[in-house]
Amino acid sequence: MLRKFHSLFGLTSTLLVVLLSITGAVLSINPFLERSQAKVAGTSSISVAELTGKIASRYPGAEQIQRNPSGSIIVYFTDGDQTGADLFNPIAGTTIGAYSTSQFSVWVKNLHRSYFLDTPGRAGAGIAAFLMLVLTISGAFMLANRLGGWRQIFRPIQGPTQQRLHSQVGRWVLLGLILSASTGLYMSAVTFGFIPEYQSAEPAFPENTNGGKPASIETLSALQAIPITELRELIYPYPGDPSAFYSITTDQGSGFIDQSTGQLLSYQPYSSSQKLYELIYMLHTGEGLWWLGLLLGLSSLSVPLIAWSGIQIWWRRKQSAITINNNSAPRLADTVIMVGSESNSTWGFAKTLHEALTSAGYRVNTTSMNSFATHYPEAKHLFILTSTYGDGDAPASASRFLANLEKLPKLPVAVLGFGDRQFPEFCRFAKDVEAALSARGWPQLLPLDTINRQSPQEFSRWGEAVSSVINTELTLTHTPTHPATTTLALIERVDYGVEVEAPTSVMRFNAPQSNREGLLSHFNRHNGLPRFEAGDLVGVLASGSSAPRFYSLASASKDDMLEICVRHHPNGLCSSFLHALSAGDTIEAFIQPNPSFRPASGKAPIVLIGAGTGIGPLIGFIRHNKAHRPIHLYWGGRCPQSDFLYEPELKSYLADKRLTKLNAVFSRVGERSYVQNKIAEDGKELRQLIEEDAQILVCGGRNMANSVSAAFTEIIAPLDLDIATLKTQGRYREDVY
Amino acid sequence: MKHFAMILCLLSSTLLSAQTNAREVTFTTELKSYGGDGAYLALYLTNAEGQYQKTLWVAGQKSKYYKHLSGWARGSGLKTSEYDGLSGASVTSGKTLKVTLDLADTYIDSGFQLRVDSAVEDMRDNRNDVVVPFTSEGIDTPTSGRGYVKAFTYSF
Repeated sequence: MLRKFHSLFGLTSTLLVVLLSITGAVLSINPFLERSQAKVAGTSSISVAELTGKIASRYPGAEQIQRNPSGSIIVYFTDGDQTGADLFNPIAGTTIGAYSTSQFSVWVKNLHRSYFLDTPGRAGAGIAAFLMLVLTISGAFMLANRLGGWRQIFRPIQGPTQQRLHSQVGRWVLLGLILSASTGLYMSAVTFGFIPEYQSAEPAFPENTNGGKPASIETLSALQAIPITELRELIYPYPGDPSAFYSITTDQGSGFIDQSTGQLLSYQPYSSSQKLYELIYMLHTGEGLWWLGLLLGLSSLSVPLIAWSGIQIWWRRKQSAITINNNSAPRLADTVIMVGSESNSTWGFAKTLHEALTSAGYRVNTTSMNSFATHYPEAKHLFILTSTYGDGDAPASASRFLANLEKLPKLPVAVLGFGDRQFPEFCRFAKDVEAALSARGWPQLLPLDTINRQSPQEFSRWGEAVSSVINTELTLTHTPTHPATTTLALIERVDYGVEVEAPTSVMRFNAPQSNREGLLSHFNRHNGLPRFEAGDLVGVLASGSSAPRFYSLASASKDDMLEICVRHHPNGLCSSFLHALSAGDTIEAFIQPNPSFRPASGKAPIVLIGAGTGIGPLIGFIRHNKAHRPIHLYWGGRCPQSDFLYEPELKSYLADKRLTKLNAVFSRVGERSYVQNKIAEDGKELRQLIEEDAQILVCGGRNMANSVSAAFTEIIAPLDLDIATLKTQGRYREDVY
Repeated sequence: MKHFAMILCLLSSTLLSAQTNAREVTFTTELKSYGGDGAYLALYLTNAEGQYQKTLWVAGQKSKYYKHLSGWARGSGLKTSEYDGLSGASVTSGKTLKVTLDLADTYIDSGFQLRVDSAVEDMRDNRNDVVVPFTSEGIDTPTSGRGYVKAFTYSF
């Protein structure tokens, strides 16, 4: 709900908000520029009288003195028939130069506050400020939800690049944007009279003057009493008009000064509402607070980036939407499928189930868990397919389900949860739904079942259970839809491990020449490769097979090649296919992003752990560690002479500091050690690293991962930590096969 | 026939002026291209000593900025009654403000002065941008201002 709202507002207001931010950022430099020109140091001891004395000798025709919030002094004067305005140095008593407002600033300012459209434009700018406030606040709530509360708001963010960029930048500039938008909104509300404008009580004009001979300006007592740091404006009386006054405006109020006695007459302090407005004005413009202005300007500058990444996130989500064909109306349906999904992948499974049931003759209504009908007169079964969001919450399309459950007629129900076992709250929401239904006495069609990592095998097994309970033969073959494949050609392979019965190859591919032709690929991706990062997965389709096999990527697309590390399993269809390739042969492959398995941003140390081909993504992370972040690698092989994958490369990374420490252990020589043994041995050192906020990334087989996890549980016990906590913090990640 | 028409014309114009003792005066204020935001202008009458007499026109909607038209502000005391019904929009850089008013004959050729004060956001205020005696001789004679006014003309 919040997300729909956030993207709707974001999309509709992008142009207005981005314009507002860019122009705001440009304007924010002005107070700083003015400040750097102004001479302010040491002016607090100079009185206005002293200043006017200095001015009088240079400008006999001075008419008005103004002090900007930046501290610059401007003298307005008449010289014969000409008028002018000069910047004045109050300490040296010299002219700095002519004062003029830059045309560019005026132009930008008008664009900023009215898009050059006068009153309608001002209203538009006010609305844009409001939208920006709404977007910032809703975005902050979404981020807090996602990271598990406001206290966790600065935790490392996982997710696809665009999403990380969006949230990462967003949380840094959050306060700046809230301040800019809310003060802007306030000013706009004042302009349009939604908030009453302050009444600037003007001091009354004095009834009459002393009428005496005007005294020399520097002798006027009232001016002697005011330091120039408090001055805003001094307007001179007309020469030769003995009945006129000086009028003065300071930080506190305004009044008149008798030109012969120098007395302050009818002084009027500012009202508190005016002071409030001026404070808000200062916070918005940075006039008088140049450093704040620059900070706000910097945060505004991030808005185009946030908008751009936000649109990309929205677009990707929209593209992955799935449509259900032959959806029966609720009043006709004999079977109902409800879907709780965050990223649409669960919809794919629902579609498979829907199609299987429909072709078996059922009339099926498939709907999201948030938008079910309250009346299903014909329905006999209900299937609930749902994933879990974050720390065990409802996914987007099921957020209101539990609250509205009362409205739903009770049907025999089967709940199927989707998730990833490496997260501590695996299928939590599906379990919650199941519990809520049984607490309300719903009849059970099938007990709760779960699907790990979108496994088609588990789903088809569940399909068999469904078949038997509804007495209809169903075959659920769900091929997770994969994107269009790219043709890749093998350019190089390095073979290891034949001697130790673990034939393993590092294989490097690039796009065949034909892929790189054409204007579009020329601009988009020079190397003809799809976009990927180390740690993402490549799905390879062995010839004659429609089910892809996934391999972790050891390179990023910017390396101009796609590198994987493949161990040959004698009965493995895909690994046999790959191992039979020689240079120049081609494969069909596609990328599946795996953003959760990636080093978190920041400078904290990283511990990489892997065995065998698990080195793949890890070598990619090390290779891209140009910032020389501390990286400790634990890797296990069989024999250093045979299957020490990437040995020369790892040694060169140690030498150039991309890798801090290399811990390679071998199971068939010397001490016959496994990674988990080495980890237990280094427990003290690793505990120290975890105290420094280290992130741990484990890649390899399930057994190895379990042993490593057990070893770590012991290591971190003295810190009052467990693996589950580290996992929720994004500091313990596994890529296990 | 020709004579008759002329007499009729003369007669009617004398009659009209005798009836009202006032005439329609058009004030034209052309601004320079100073390049800033819309200018606030106050057009007013003073006596020969420069004492405020009467507001003729105020260009600019927001009364909170009127104090920047400082000569006029002092004279009028910024009392709403002084400029009620005599205000309009601010005047954009390079544009011309044309105001036509009925003014009593007594103001003409009697030592009164026409003054214009001007102010622009973030730029200097100009008290007495224009000061010009209000005489029949001065009709259609452009006067250049000291501030934002390029040419000020009146005609009747």
